[in-house]
Amino acid sequence: MKQNIKNFTKYRYLLGELVKKDIKLKYRKSYLGILWTLLEPLLTMMVLSIVFSQLYGKADKHFPIYILTGRLLYTLFANATKTAMKSIRANAQMIKKVYVPKYIYPLSAILAQYVTFLISLIVLISVAIILKVKPTIHLLEGIIPLIILLVMVTGMGLILSTLAVFFRDLEYLWSVILMIIMYCSAIFYEPERVMKAGYEWVLRFNPLYSVILNFRNTVLYGIGLNMEALLYSIVFSVAVLVLGTFLFYKSQDKFILNL
Amino acid sequence: MGNIAIKADHIGMRFNMSTVKVDNLKEYVIKKITRRIQYRDFWALKDVDFTVKRGERLGILGLNGAGKSTLLKVIAGVMKPTEGKVTTYGRVVPLLELGAGFDVQYTGAENIFLYGAVLGYSREFIKEKYNEIVTFSELGEFIDVPVKNYSSGMKARLGFSIATIVEPDILILDEILAVGDAKFRKKSEKKIKSMFKEGVTVLFVSHNIEQVLSICDTAILLEKGTIVAQGKVEKVVEVYTKKLES
Repeated sequence: MKQNIKNFTKYRYLLGELVKKDIKLKYRKSYLGILWTLLEPLLTMMVLSIVFSQLYGKADKHFPIYILTGRLLYTLFANATKTAMKSIRANAQMIKKVYVPKYIYPLSAILAQYVTFLISLIVLISVAIILKVKPTIHLLEGIIPLIILLVMVTGMGLILSTLAVFFRDLEYLWSVILMIIMYCSAIFYEPERVMKAGYEWVLRFNPLYSVILNFRNTVLYGIGLNMEALLYSIVFSVAVLVLGTFLFYKSQDKFILNL
Repeated sequence: MGNIAIKADHIGMRFNMSTVKVDNLKEYVIKKITRRIQYRDFWALKDVDFTVKRGERLGILGLNGAGKSTLLKVIAGVMKPTEGKVTTYGRVVPLLELGAGFDVQYTGAENIFLYGAVLGYSREFIKEKYNEIVTFSELGEFIDVPVKNYSSGMKARLGFSIATIVEPDILILDEILAVGDAKFRKKSEKKIKSMFKEGVTVLFVSHNIEQVLSICDTAILLEKGTIVAQGKVEKVVEVYTKKLES
């Protein structure tokens, strides 16, 4: 344990450099650069708002924010798990030649996505101001679901990156699963529709929806955290993190033999 | 600790050579059910045991496939041995594949910080040494060009300059460095020789007997993953040449 901490302090610069590299290189070739972090969610929000408010034929003033909150959190979940999953294979050349603690790779991929996500929150804030969402004292509690989400994606990322080394087709499988998760997270429909149809359990057992629900409750509705969803998402995230760490540590010495 | 630099304690490295390479789920399940996965154990290293004293220069000899590269990888910490344990004291700098940690989309300057971090140096430290690295690499204005546009010689020069910016305690050399043109090669050889004078511990792998004799003072000879001769370099080289002739 002590050895691990010592090792981490030695390589914390590398973690920082890798996070920076991910963000820097992502937008290097594009004219608008890092602005895309803001434009992309803004544009998809507009498309989705138009499509779905036309579809449902109702005019909820805050519907764009409803979509934006769900979509931002889902995108973070999807991108962080996807890039973490591929991180070991993407850095195979390095892993084969230089010693570096291997968890640095999935961790830096996740942190880079998280930083991008935090930047894109500017869009949410701007849209919220424009649409006159009243800020309440509960706004500050919105940090809690965001921290839970970070723990969750770290755990998931460690599990996926480990499994993807041994089973390459997980990459394709996971994108299908991500699509299922997207439709089960009430991003662009209202949960009442699902509940009426008797599929409430889908939302209840979806830990990502618990996080989205609490984020909306604090940021959009100003009614504070839903305790049941909070507890469920915490338990799930911590469990996933423990499992992921265990799995990763147990298999990391075998990575090099499978790359 | 004391005056020991590397301690290899009965290390063994086993590879599972499955007769068919299975890396996807579908095949794995099918093969598992039909019991078609057969593993053939292969020991690349077996019961390798030696210590290297501080300042000692150890040559590692052996024919192709004797396990030399695997041994270096185990000592560098890239691979974990199946059996036994390797302990190294001090900073190990492997001059194996120069520039393996480079990102080709990054410029030379950005890669200095990235590769420096890979080797475990802090950003402040690299900043301090930045000019020295650039000067030694002789890259000049190319330092701001993405590495993907570099020639292999330029890449190796930059890699060498970063890796040797600190006097390492243990230096791992695979063959003698053929870095860049004759001029740079001379310069890098001079740099390495100066490290020898500082009392750096060296692990040197080569097929070139003269080089081994001129650089090393002790040697081990590997054959099929085990040590067959060990001791003074002249003695081990003698055994090696006999093996070559037979």
